[in-house]
Amino acid sequence: MYRPSSLPDGIAIIGGGIAGQSLAEELRARDASVAITLICGESVAPYDRVRLSELLEDGTADALRLRPDEWYADERIELLRGHWVSGTDATTVTFADGSARAFSAIAIATGSDPLVPPLPGMGLAGAMAYRGPEHVDDLRELASADGARVAVIGGGLLGLEAARGALARGARVPVLHLVDRLMERQVDRAAGERLLGAFEALGVEVRLEHATEAILGEERVTGLQFKDGSEIECDAVVVSIGIKPNVELARAIGLDVNRAIIVDDRMRTSAENVVAVGECAEHRGNVYGLVAPIYEQCRVAADTLLGLDREPYTGSLLWAKLKVAGIDLVSIGCAEGDGSAVVATQDGYRKLVVAEGVATGAILLGDTRGAEDLLNAIRSGEEVADPLARLAEAAAATAADLPDDAQVCDCNGVCKGEIAAAVTDGGCNTPREVMAATRAGTGCGSCKAMVKEIVIDVAGDAADEPAYLCACRKQTREEIAAQVRAGGLESVGAVSEACGTGRECGACKPALAYLVSEINGNRHREERQARFINDRVHANIQNDGTFSVVPRMYAGVTTPDELRRIADAADKYGARMVKVTGGQRIDLLGITKEDLPDIWRDLDMPSGFAYAKAIRTVKSCVGTDFCRFGVQDSIDLATEMERAWEHLHTPAKVKSGVSGCPRNCAESTVKDIGVVGVEGGWQIRLGGAAGATVREGDVLMTVETKREAMRAMTVFLQYYREEADYLERTYDFVPRVGVDAIRELLADEDRCRGLMERFRLAKAAAYDPWSERDEPVHPSQFLEVVGAPA
Amino acid sequence: MTRACSVEDIPAGEARVVVVAGVRVALFRVRDGWRAVGARCPHRGGPLADGIVADASVTCPLHGRRFSLDTGEALGHDCPPLVVHAVAERDGGLFVDLAAALERAA
Repeated sequence: MYRPSSLPDGIAIIGGGIAGQSLAEELRARDASVAITLICGESVAPYDRVRLSELLEDGTADALRLRPDEWYADERIELLRGHWVSGTDATTVTFADGSARAFSAIAIATGSDPLVPPLPGMGLAGAMAYRGPEHVDDLRELASADGARVAVIGGGLLGLEAARGALARGARVPVLHLVDRLMERQVDRAAGERLLGAFEALGVEVRLEHATEAILGEERVTGLQFKDGSEIECDAVVVSIGIKPNVELARAIGLDVNRAIIVDDRMRTSAENVVAVGECAEHRGNVYGLVAPIYEQCRVAADTLLGLDREPYTGSLLWAKLKVAGIDLVSIGCAEGDGSAVVATQDGYRKLVVAEGVATGAILLGDTRGAEDLLNAIRSGEEVADPLARLAEAAAATAADLPDDAQVCDCNGVCKGEIAAAVTDGGCNTPREVMAATRAGTGCGSCKAMVKEIVIDVAGDAADEPAYLCACRKQTREEIAAQVRAGGLESVGAVSEACGTGRECGACKPALAYLVSEINGNRHREERQARFINDRVHANIQNDGTFSVVPRMYAGVTTPDELRRIADAADKYGARMVKVTGGQRIDLLGITKEDLPDIWRDLDMPSGFAYAKAIRTVKSCVGTDFCRFGVQDSIDLATEMERAWEHLHTPAKVKSGVSGCPRNCAESTVKDIGVVGVEGGWQIRLGGAAGATVREGDVLMTVETKREAMRAMTVFLQYYREEADYLERTYDFVPRVGVDAIRELLADEDRCRGLMERFRLAKAAAYDPWSERDEPVHPSQFLEVVGAPA
Repeated sequence: MTRACSVEDIPAGEARVVVVAGVRVALFRVRDGWRAVGARCPHRGGPLADGIVADASVTCPLHGRRFSLDTGEALGHDCPPLVVHAVAERDGGLFVDLAAALERAA
């Protein structure tokens, strides 16, 4: 863990929530050297509270972490966990254990606590607030019990998420809401009614205008009593009625506090050197509980803390893009206004709110076309004479109409201009390439359609085309795969007969060969004529028609005996160069095709597949075997990976690596499948690259045991083998499908079982192709010249 | 015509090199019969016999240049054409008639 020397030059951020994390990132982005200490009261590292309800399915808060431990070390941000701050003044932070540290500036980001009504019975077993991971664990347990009835008090967004989650676990879920419509802060009456219908259709019992008077029960919850005297039975109560800014610390040190800590347009509190951001801060009378405003505040606070004179914070437009009860909802600004227009159809409810001739809000439920356009209009206070026409205009708004500074991807903060530039200046031609380059569309994915529109608008029609496996016949991989399955086709020849693929230019033959072999679990009819020369003779063709020979060297470890065999073979067969490769093995160059079977026989080592679209190497550092820094046995895991996966072909080459500690000497972070040994486990990364494209692999997960690591990586590997396009490296595939989708896959037992089963089948039929030295597939397989010279 | 090799020497859909009067010729076994062209790619001298074959074309393994096996012309790129020779099958053997305007292979 990074520990700076205790210089009083540093900035302390009190509170490790989304705001605290965001502020730390904004500071580091502006200043590479300032000392930053992020102090978390909870023992969990900063996590994405917005996605809390995902945990109702499965998982711990660790799965929602915003950044892995290594990130804090890399960014030199000191992360303190489980450190409660008992007091602070402008320069010293005092911890609950009595210790104290000096800083040059303080940022308070203590967030908020759930609002808990003073109801009788709130202390009973089964009654809980809903705010953090600990509540999720309790709720999951309660909702999973047989015949469980979980009442939810609060029909706002969070309460409804809890309700859906409890419903999914099999509970009956009555939702009690004080007001006469659900999500009254985001929608108007009419939209609220539609939402009500949608929730009821899901099976949630919604009771509006129900004020709870008491929670009934002796030791455990047995029911609720309402103001009108009526009662319902239930076994548990989840309260989600709002948040209460956490201002205790601020009060204790004497800051001006109203509903929350009062801050000015520079996010400064009433004390010099102290700023506040997030749900604990009140700006011009407003306390914000949505992420977008909090990010804006953090940008301004970072400027203030570093003495940078930039744009002040003038407040935020409240907007959110959500999926509620399976329906898309975009809610912007005000829900009511004197000059509004509504278009309500079966498919959706669209409203543009206009007040005094200016666009001030919008509600798009179900049909969210034009959301970016309207957000832009409302942000800029556009004058609207005819709201109905403006709504229609928004629906028809194309990518071309969007201004360059309109934000398209909210998850990753990518605006239209960047997407357009990726095409005009960045060399991207397809939506897929643009998403990989800009990260737009790789978060929740809701903006993908708009990204595609923009790309088509800027690049022209060419961008529209899907990735064809056979460009001549315009057939996609999926189409051909369907024919292979339907027809039980077992060879490339059979596929060509069936749909003509591979007959015109032949460029797709290797892709077809891979497809046919993969679908048939390597029990296909192999036709070498459909393979590239490398895969016909199992060696890498060089520029002069000779070949390179690279035997496998597991985890980059060899023996003196192997080295002697390699040296002898190099001499005997006239290798013109002996070179150590980047994959941690040895390459013999200048070998003739005819000599290949004999050199393999002499080497008596299996093929390293250096020439193929296949599992290449698993690089390794020394690890605990000898290294004084090693925390894990990297050589052991790397060897196991290489043996488990060797001989398998893949859509594109797969390079892997295992490092024995976070120093990462095996460069695992730029591997297709990379593993970094950490204290107590292994961190798995996917989709890295360090060739023509350089990409840092996404953190998939951190697991405790080697076995869990092997399982997760093998499931991913098989998934990649089945779903990627031929020649699509993982650095394109992983951002395309999204790490979240891969995590979901790994959490799905059934799918994992299926993938492992198919992996085992494929592996069982895979073999070392250098064994063809004794059993060539054709008498002239390794012959350059045939027949007698005439 | 000279007997260059036997039919069994060349796997279906592939090619092998035969030497006829000192000239290296790539003999192709395609769907509807046989083709014979100069063995070296006009682009950078690559081994065309190691290329991927479609119904009427071959793609050089070194840099992906494609040529017609019927006419020898470069397909989709600028390049001098391949020399095309005549080939016929008879009694299990392949007979090659070198083109009149041929290049002596190195």
